[in-house]
Amino acid sequence: MIAELGHFALILAFVLAVVQGTVPLVGAARGHLPAIRLADTAAVLQFLLVAGAFAALMHAYVTSDFSLVNVAANSHSQKPMLYKITGVWGNHEGSLLLWALMLTLFGAMVALFGQNLPDTFRARVLSVQGLVGVGFIAFMIFTSNPFERLDPAPLEGNGLNPILQDPGLAFHPPFLYAGYVGISIAFSFAVAALIEGRVPPSWARWVRPWTLAAWSMLTIGITGGSYWAYYELGWGGFWFWDPVENASLMPWLAATALLHSAIVVEKRDTLKSWTILLAILAFSLSLLGTFLVRSGVLTSVHAFASDPTRGFFILIFLLAVTGGALTLYAIRAPALKAGGVFQTISREGALVLNNLLLATATATVLIGTLYPLVLDWLGGAKVSVGPPYFNGTFMPLLGPLMVALAIGPLLPWKRGDLAAVAGKLKLVAGIALVAALAIFALTDGAPWLALVAFAFAFFLAGSVIVELLERVQLRKLGPAGAFRRLIHLPRGAVGMTLAHLGLAISVFGVAAASGFAVEHLGIMKPGETLKIAGYSLTFKGVEEVPGPNYTAKRGTFEVAGVGTMRPETRRFQSPPMETTEAAIHPTLAGDLYVVVGEPTGPGYAVRVYWKPFVMWIWAGGLLMAAGGFASLSDRRLRVGAPVRRSPALAQAAE
Amino acid sequence: MALNSRFLLAAMPLAVAIGLGGIFYGRLGKDPSALPSALLGKPVPAFNLPGLDPTGPGLSDADLRAGSVTVVNVFASWCAPCRVEHPLLTALTKVPGIRVVGIAYKDKVADTQKFLGEMGNPYALVGADLNGRVGIDWGVYGVPETYLVTGKGEIAWKHVGALTEDIIRGEMLPLAEKLMK
Amino acid sequence: MKRLLLGLFFALAALPALAIGVDEPLADPGLEAKAREISKGLRCLVCQNQSIEDSNAPLAADLRRIVRERVTAGDDEAAVQAYLVERYGQWVLLRPPFEPATWVLWLSPFVILATGTAVILLRRRRPAPAAAPAPLSAEERARLEALLRGEEP
Repeated sequence: MIAELGHFALILAFVLAVVQGTVPLVGAARGHLPAIRLADTAAVLQFLLVAGAFAALMHAYVTSDFSLVNVAANSHSQKPMLYKITGVWGNHEGSLLLWALMLTLFGAMVALFGQNLPDTFRARVLSVQGLVGVGFIAFMIFTSNPFERLDPAPLEGNGLNPILQDPGLAFHPPFLYAGYVGISIAFSFAVAALIEGRVPPSWARWVRPWTLAAWSMLTIGITGGSYWAYYELGWGGFWFWDPVENASLMPWLAATALLHSAIVVEKRDTLKSWTILLAILAFSLSLLGTFLVRSGVLTSVHAFASDPTRGFFILIFLLAVTGGALTLYAIRAPALKAGGVFQTISREGALVLNNLLLATATATVLIGTLYPLVLDWLGGAKVSVGPPYFNGTFMPLLGPLMVALAIGPLLPWKRGDLAAVAGKLKLVAGIALVAALAIFALTDGAPWLALVAFAFAFFLAGSVIVELLERVQLRKLGPAGAFRRLIHLPRGAVGMTLAHLGLAISVFGVAAASGFAVEHLGIMKPGETLKIAGYSLTFKGVEEVPGPNYTAKRGTFEVAGVGTMRPETRRFQSPPMETTEAAIHPTLAGDLYVVVGEPTGPGYAVRVYWKPFVMWIWAGGLLMAAGGFASLSDRRLRVGAPVRRSPALAQAAE
Repeated sequence: MALNSRFLLAAMPLAVAIGLGGIFYGRLGKDPSALPSALLGKPVPAFNLPGLDPTGPGLSDADLRAGSVTVVNVFASWCAPCRVEHPLLTALTKVPGIRVVGIAYKDKVADTQKFLGEMGNPYALVGADLNGRVGIDWGVYGVPETYLVTGKGEIAWKHVGALTEDIIRGEMLPLAEKLMK
Repeated sequence: MKRLLLGLFFALAALPALAIGVDEPLADPGLEAKAREISKGLRCLVCQNQSIEDSNAPLAADLRRIVRERVTAGDDEAAVQAYLVERYGQWVLLRPPFEPATWVLWLSPFVILATGTAVILLRRRRPAPAAAPAPLSAEERARLEALLRGEEP
């Protein structure tokens, strides 16, 4: 019964989406106020309906209602409750419902919190959002109904992929979807602006909070996914340039570029056409990702069971949304008037460079991901594009990007003096170089690529600090005055500092973990001791341990000065498969990573890794997201929000 | 608006999107994980496998140059889809001019014999590839896989996965007929 | 229902299935390291998004053994790769080769960067299409003079 209500709610949401997608647009064109106001109500109502449908599906999972095809295929009564809940989105239909939930959630938030936007503009934004929703909900209702019934209902479900039964699963998809789908708002803003034919600087100010929110969530989602792969998949890798990983990275890169170019639109009223294009492309890349995962045209460890019919439907949807927006862009963009002029060496120039590099990076990832498909279609030999390609083409772009991030904030708007900035940064550059050389001297066999990455990371981190010190005017005001300024820094500036620092930390982590990892793969007998990276591990043996829905073979390692590490291999029954659970001992300086495997010869197969500073990769990612949230909380981003300030603060904050 | 350079530049993303859309459409329904054989048109690799019966004949590359068009089926008793396609192989033995032989891939001899005893033996000859090395020389990466070899011992066709009637009627038999001429 | 089962089958078939095994390392650590490096550059054909070094699939173990054999026999990286490409095609290499079919792949990042830079620099050379403000009428000019003199408009 509840499932039928959920299904009904979905159908109602579809109808409402059609209304939301058309009536306010017409109303805005004609200045018909009730039709314009309808957008807000429709958006909130639509969210409530989709949330209701989502709740209905969740109810079915929680109660293990196997009369629903979706629950029977993906759940099991013996699964721990947490995983019954997260199983809602661990499959194709449920994840689509999560998609729709995020889409309508962002729409409702714009309706409720976007009162600073002019009514007609907001109505157009919500209409476009509604139109996207029409396609999505239609896709669900007609091809991927989560509420399909199964008759007769089986007594037991088919379980969920054991690799997905993991706390990381609880975090990764919802954040990822909030991110990738949240970018739809930037898209809607862009299309609404094209419909109106103008992109005023205020447009950039309006679009930034939504883009920041989506970007921060996406950053957390990607960071979480990478960390999850690291501890769950058993070989200590954290990024494989898998097509679906790339599908989440591309919108992230485009959204990052968008955040930066929107600054230029707001401050200098230029780069409008490019920024609008970025907003359209960012969401189009999200949709492309959805297509790639669910259509079966690319293989990936992440791919859901693929179906060409579904693939066809998504393709049509993707072409309609992207094609429609890009057609509007082709028609309207050339008429957008450019504004402020600026010198090449200026903050705008640095932001343009930033965008150029990010756009090239996005294009590179796109080309690498799609090339095998295109070549196959052309009838050429089947070629695979793996990490060596991406490492060779994407990584080199990071260097100049980090330099742009270091220099940009120190350059003034309109016209800057590169020599002056270089003067401020030469100390930092010197230290970075010396540090990298020192590491080279202290370690032997250091890969030069890692050292170069270190140099850039140190340089960026140092430059961020230099910029911060300058912003708090340490030299002029002295430590006390600077500290007072620090506390009252606008949140936007704090956000930038945190995010750029986060990138430097992540790059450092990647370089350290990839370039200086130590590994030992071998056979250990109980009682043997292994020395690695200054740790001493003694293997105690393997025992069988039952779990809630699996039996595990648990290995025990005594590590001197640390304690006991217990890696496992788990055998699940439904569906039958085995997973490896690595034992990880994390420290600030690196992770000790132990995996135990099959009994081999006289002992057991054992893999032990030392991954220096690997946690810094994800710490950096989280710091970037924190920066995003900090910027989001900046009141200046919300036009019209009352600013309460005491006179003393007003002076300090400049 | 005039067809000026700004419009053309602005229309480029649209053109790329449409182009990619067309390619995606063309690829729907095709399995991206299926690898074409690197050995098409080349002679079969040299190999000599023992049979299931130690006293009886096995399978070697010389057998495949004996003159008749041969279907070489790579199978194993532990492979579920092999059971599904088995009746089709039995049906193939009735096609005149075609010989069906098998390579048991990484399978214990006793298990293979039990499998063939249960399901019937459509193979004129069977080679037991116990450690899978011969399979690797053929470019095998899973079971079942089926090859069509000409009378002169050249690999003409490969199918990855279980055979289906459509594949046999649509691809294999027409090609086999051509090769027999 | 059949689609459901078929879907499940494909989903299962795509996942890594077994616990890790460890191969017998070669006696010579230098050769062993070389074999591992080469293996890291080869794609597992079963778990297609991993290298054979990382994959738990039985075929990956077989291929790692073959890499070790070839390395012991004296083959260099190119020869080992050629051996496997002969059997499985170019697809087994994680690093796409640089040949006519992949020139577009390898060169496009540079081309895009160069084109982007060119477009940016060229567009900056062209003066911004700022509409010149309409000239003032005589009355407006008089008002302007009055304002500049500090008088009431």
